[in-house]
Amino acid sequence: MSAPERRLRVDPTACTAHGLCADLLPEHVELDEWGYPILADRPVAPGELRSARAAVAACPTLALRLAPRDR
Amino acid sequence: MTAVVPTSRLLAGWALDGRPEDLATHHRRHGPLPELGLDALADRVDAAGLRGRGGGGFPTARKLRAVAAHRRRPVVVANGCEGEPASQKDAALLACAPHLVLDGLVLAGRALGATTAILAVHTAGHLREQLAMRNDPIPIDLREVPARYVASEETALVRFLSGGPATPTTSPPRPAERGVRGLPTLVDNVETLAQLALVARYGPEWFRSVGTPDLPGTLLVTAGGAIASPGVVEVPGGTPVRAVLDRAGGPTEPVQAVLSGGYGGAWLPVSAIDTPLTHAALRRAGSSLGVPILLALPARSCGLAQTAHLLHYLALQSAGQCGPCRFGLPAVTADLTAIACGTRDAHDAHARLLRRLDVVTGRGACALPDGAVRLARSAVTVFGTDLRHHLRGRPCVGAGDGPYFPLEAR
Repeated sequence: MSAPERRLRVDPTACTAHGLCADLLPEHVELDEWGYPILADRPVAPGELRSARAAVAACPTLALRLAPRDR
Repeated sequence: MTAVVPTSRLLAGWALDGRPEDLATHHRRHGPLPELGLDALADRVDAAGLRGRGGGGFPTARKLRAVAAHRRRPVVVANGCEGEPASQKDAALLACAPHLVLDGLVLAGRALGATTAILAVHTAGHLREQLAMRNDPIPIDLREVPARYVASEETALVRFLSGGPATPTTSPPRPAERGVRGLPTLVDNVETLAQLALVARYGPEWFRSVGTPDLPGTLLVTAGGAIASPGVVEVPGGTPVRAVLDRAGGPTEPVQAVLSGGYGGAWLPVSAIDTPLTHAALRRAGSSLGVPILLALPARSCGLAQTAHLLHYLALQSAGQCGPCRFGLPAVTADLTAIACGTRDAHDAHARLLRRLDVVTGRGACALPDGAVRLARSAVTVFGTDLRHHLRGRPCVGAGDGPYFPLEAR
């Protein structure tokens, strides 16, 4: 069995547009004109997990997380 | 004119004598409350095909079962907050037939084994007296919620009833999992609960005897704008928009479009005025049922300017918790306002507006930004011809008019 598919999720009420996620994971996160993240509509590939975890850990407001597909 | 058979169920008492129904009259009309366990109640509601009347249209039986799936004793909440400024149907129902709502709350609460039942409204008014007359197996707590657009959203209501501010929270968890004070919580619109009380008494076949397979039973619709008798009407599901407006006295002047589903709903061009009132049909017509509100816009008004007024209102109603809503709604309001005024910047504003509508949607904790985007998108489509004139620097005659629809929460 392969590992469960993971997706990035942002809690919009927690995010305050620090933008570190876009620096650390540009392949998944771009920032809108106000600095808030727009997440790619695709799961995090196994090769991207490391940088995704780094982006999650770097978020100053803990707004970014890695979640199972359906959450 | 389409012939309509008036169907009064929720408002039967009101239709008969124009008086609010007190407990004694209510009992004479509907008899005592049936005793139904969870499965019996959920099966009946399921067979009736009852869908939530608060805007989402979610199957009511599924929501009941989702709350029942959790082991802790749940809380049941009747949501009568009605945040849409143009909507009056919940207030009308609570004024005319409060005991049907309370019956539904008690039926759901008892079936779920709830120890707490809450009726949440903006203004308690006569409801305190009505509650005092009753002798319910579950105590009903009457709570007043701040009159604000986002306060009626279910996560905001749950947060407020748990002692917090009346602003939305990120979900999941949904209230069914973790709601008021962390307990599984059923939040149903007051009309949904009143319909549930009718289904429990009269059964699914009776319920389905009017309406459509997609939207069985009756629904309360607030009709407003350029019609002779604005107010709340009860109509079978699937009634054409035109027939609902006729029930409310019909248009008082030529109408160019109808706003359906509230300020987070969408414009319906007058060419689609025979669309039946169901979730699917209105979606296919590019609009939405949402909170059933139909607002007729006169031909002399500027649809783009009126939409800009509504967007401005929605932007002010943002709780400011989510960046895309807090910054995005004022931005799209400014773009549409520039177009409506036909300023020299209108072309650029149009391009910005389309780009921003794509960016803002789906990125808030609640549906406020999505609704604002839906409204703006539909305006760009439905008033497309006007839009081209505006972009050429020739705005409509009515572009400078103030807001035509009400902008204060009742």
